[in-house]
Amino acid sequence: MTKIDIIQDVYEKLGFSKKDSARIVESVFDIIKDNLTSGEKIKISGFGNFVVKEKKSRRGRNPQTGDEIAISARRVLTFKSSQVFRKALND
Amino acid sequence: MKKSDLISALSEKESLRGKEASEIVNLVLGGFTNALRKRERIEIRGFGSFTVREYPPYLGKNPKTGQRVEVGSKKLPYFKVGKELKEMVNGGKKGQS
Repeated sequence: MTKIDIIQDVYEKLGFSKKDSARIVESVFDIIKDNLTSGEKIKISGFGNFVVKEKKSRRGRNPQTGDEIAISARRVLTFKSSQVFRKALND
Repeated sequence: MKKSDLISALSEKESLRGKEASEIVNLVLGGFTNALRKRERIEIRGFGSFTVREYPPYLGKNPKTGQRVEVGSKKLPYFKVGKELKEMVNGGKKGQS
């Protein structure tokens, strides 16, 4: 499934033009991205939470060469699926 | 931000009626859950991808009592953040790894 399938779905089921459907679906992801970029979490009940986590700098290793390297502090995006969703997947 | 906030933000941005915005958001999110239930992979360019990962059973431990417990095999949704969003979240910088 890609964005094109979602756009097609909006076009077929909700009666927007192809062009509007494409723009609106793009907007949904833009809003989510903008919020995450500003550090806010997104909580979708029944699906899961997207949370931006602050990682401290640490020393890591290049798994191929074994060389020690510094890993800088960074922000990473994590997704935790909701219990309801996980249960549905395993039923 | 909850789903209702996403709906109002969308209705404002695209000048949609609340009902329309909520139908769209529900269609997008419902599409995600349906696809993953069918074990289908979802890939949204610039955002990320979702896959279902299967985990084998293992012998775990109850962290409180230390008792051994069997943990059955399970399927979990896995999200891999896309390159663009990964960099945006990190303040536009490319995290070195």
